[in-house]
Amino acid sequence: MIKLNVNGEAREFEGDGDMPLLWYLRDLLTLTGTKFGCGKGLCGACTVHLDGQAVRSCSVSMNRLEGANITTIEGLAAQGEHPLQIAWAAHMVPQCGYCQSGQIMQAASLLEGNPDPDDLQIDDAMSGVICRCGTYQRIRAAIKSAAGGGA
Amino acid sequence: MKHTRQLSRRDFLKTGGVFVVGVSLFGCGKENVPGLVKPASGVPWSPDVFVSFEADGTARIISHRSEMGQGIRTGLPAVLADEMEADWSRVRVEQSVGDAKYGNQNTDGSWSVRGFMQRMLEAGATVRLMLEQSAAQQWGVDVSECAAEFHTVVHKPSGRVLDYKDLVAGASELPVPGLEQLEFKSPERYRYIGKELPIVDMHDMTHGSADYGADIRLPGMKFAAIARPPVVFGKVKTYDAQKTMALAGVERVIEMPAPEPPAVFKALGGIAVIAENSWAALRGRDLLSIEWDDGANADYDSAEFGKALRETVRQPGKPQRDEGNIDEALKTANRTLEAEYYAPHLAHAPMEPPAAAASVTADFCEIWAPSQDPQSLIPMAEAITGLKPEQIRINVTLLGGAFGRKSKCDFVEEAVILSKQLAAPVMVQWSREDDIRHDYYHTVSAQHLAASIDEQGKVTGWRHRVAYPSIMSTFDAAVKEAVPFETGLAALNLPYSIPNIRLETGVAESKVRIGWLRSVCNIFQSFAVNSFTDEIAKARGMDPLENLLELLGPDRTLDFTELGLEATENYPFDTGRLRSVTELVAQKAGWGRSLPQGHGIGIAAQYSFHSYVAAVVEVAVDGDGAWRVPRVDIAIDCGQYVNPDRVRAQQEGAVVFGLSLARDSQITAANGRIEQGNFNNYQVLRIGLTPDTRVHLVESSAPPAGVGEPGVPPIAPAVTNAIFAATGKRFRDLPLGRTLDLTPV
Ligand code: FES
Ligand code: FES
Repeated sequence: MIKLNVNGEAREFEGDGDMPLLWYLRDLLTLTGTKFGCGKGLCGACTVHLDGQAVRSCSVSMNRLEGANITTIEGLAAQGEHPLQIAWAAHMVPQCGYCQSGQIMQAASLLEGNPDPDDLQIDDAMSGVICRCGTYQRIRAAIKSAAGGGA
Repeated sequence: MKHTRQLSRRDFLKTGGVFVVGVSLFGCGKENVPGLVKPASGVPWSPDVFVSFEADGTARIISHRSEMGQGIRTGLPAVLADEMEADWSRVRVEQSVGDAKYGNQNTDGSWSVRGFMQRMLEAGATVRLMLEQSAAQQWGVDVSECAAEFHTVVHKPSGRVLDYKDLVAGASELPVPGLEQLEFKSPERYRYIGKELPIVDMHDMTHGSADYGADIRLPGMKFAAIARPPVVFGKVKTYDAQKTMALAGVERVIEMPAPEPPAVFKALGGIAVIAENSWAALRGRDLLSIEWDDGANADYDSAEFGKALRETVRQPGKPQRDEGNIDEALKTANRTLEAEYYAPHLAHAPMEPPAAAASVTADFCEIWAPSQDPQSLIPMAEAITGLKPEQIRINVTLLGGAFGRKSKCDFVEEAVILSKQLAAPVMVQWSREDDIRHDYYHTVSAQHLAASIDEQGKVTGWRHRVAYPSIMSTFDAAVKEAVPFETGLAALNLPYSIPNIRLETGVAESKVRIGWLRSVCNIFQSFAVNSFTDEIAKARGMDPLENLLELLGPDRTLDFTELGLEATENYPFDTGRLRSVTELVAQKAGWGRSLPQGHGIGIAAQYSFHSYVAAVVEVAVDGDGAWRVPRVDIAIDCGQYVNPDRVRAQQEGAVVFGLSLARDSQITAANGRIEQGNFNNYQVLRIGLTPDTRVHLVESSAPPAGVGEPGVPPIAPAVTNAIFAATGKRFRDLPLGRTLDLTPV
């Protein structure tokens, strides 16, 4: 049995230890805000925080998560709106919206480690998260405004 | 199909627009129209299929078009809300089920606002008038003294005010007015139309609570993954599911029915693994051992096929447009120019891979799908379940991107087949590999262009040959040539003022399922036309912008109906508008400005989906051929627009989409099998290469036109034109790749 914490709640998992965290979240916990885009760590749609760091949940197996603290998009704003969520709305970032959970989780992790990233640092941190709709320009702008005092 | 979805305003009145429905509701006492609330005691009140009121005055407005990122769930309801003088904060937008009573729901062809803006205005004006009449009745005054204003009606002489919630009961007793009684707001009084409005899904999309196809969870739901034949129309010869069945969580393995040609939107067959969760289904699927009978398409090799297409366009084809005498013009020309262009198959790769849920019981079938065309799911479900349309309910989720892929219901059909067989709700989840390998591909194409130039440097002739498998081949295997609705996207409707023009089509058989992808054949035809235009500029020693404007000729409207293109009422092809956006974008981009070493700018212009778009792209190429795009200017005249922010967002997205296909994306096949499978080998643009994109939106009172697709076509040719300006080398094959081969030819 694997004991972990998801969005502040204690959980126990007793299934196939090879199951990626993504499917545990989506199918077993019905936390469907975390999205499936590629299953191979190539698109970032499944990004969540593992002990505060952005990871691709499709590429982390449950058997590595004993004692882990997981935060998903549903848990990001537990203490009120995250500055990124406010900035995302202000810049009207989403189009289809499907990639946006992963974008926001990745950006939140970036700002955690670097409260004032420049363009290059933003592009670098965000390059693993694909947006097929092409909202990248607004993602850059929203991250900057969240960093620069939106927080 | 794209060419059958035209619906004019007259059709609405014939087929169930506001007035027909109004009459049936209130006039004939038909009270059981599905989805309509009986107008008992006034509330809730549904004067129109698109709007109803709650007792507290909340207006529920139906979005009947599918939301896939274009913002339509906000746009069309806002039109209705504006015309009925609603307070947007008291409006709730609800997604409709698939039902013919709403009119056409096939969300493609950049058509939603063009097709339904007027309908929304009529619904809004109807409701507003009825609320004013209700107020007049309550006050015992003439309706001409009453004016609706922001969810209230004001009695102008006395200043008395009644909230909509206090008028709904009275309004529901009134007859629905006829079209001739309606008065429309003047545009300067619009509150929402033409103004920036945040999308209604903003909160859900940023908090993980927006539901897409894959997010539906039903009690007792099974998860399915399917191993589909790697070659189209291949079949299962034998299979062994022992290892799969031994996997924890796997419940059953089911052989799917194998389809026969034509492909249409039929499920592809194969072996389905049914499990407790997606992971067990996907993993169990990988453990299947299947021997396939590949069938007739196993010989498909896209490299060989491409060579054959090039051979085809080097020969004369079948003329679809023939003006003047092109053979003579080429023969007697002072100079001629020829060039050949190639573009590969593309996959849609929406961020959300196809996924759909179905629950089939003995007497009901319910579907949840990210479908662009929900009504098309009804006959599909009827055929599989044997149920009647009234026993079938189509719920439309958000679409995590679509770009044309989700017009095709093969993936939904799989869920219905499996749910029926299992007598349980089923979610069919496609992996990314499934999505890339079993798409309805944007077609591969070869094109050959020739031009003649006389002694004065005038262009006297233009010959354009195209060869590519037709979308129609997906519906009828006998179709082996491009049809006018395809060539009509940037080739047949060439707007240049040249005396001798011919368009020829060559034969091209299809070996995969061909579908439509954002802007369809404009992608490669606009690429060839705009590239060749730039080559002509070079040959004439002219500035590319000047050359383009000169070829466009005097402002005039063009009509291609005799060539088989549909005439669309109120939408003439106005070359003056194309000229204007071209001039606008050139000015905004600072055409002719001095650029850093290694930089170049290129221009391209395209009319599509009744909109006029021109783009200027700046490229930076280093000595090793590595290149990037620092800046794109794009100007669009889409007629009257509803939400300028979404128009801009769509152009920003179109730039990224256009750069993806110009630079990286291509689908290839060997032995009938698609060689790409995921974002490692089917590349799309990431944030680092995204240019500084500046959208220039033209103010226009022309009728609303397309927004989602028209931004794509000019991007790729503006890129190669810019690369030519920067390096002097012409690139005629897509994709360009990350490094350009700058060796002189
Ligand atoms: S689904 Fe995990 S990175 Fe794409
Ligand atoms: S908003 Fe659609 S994929 Fe990013």
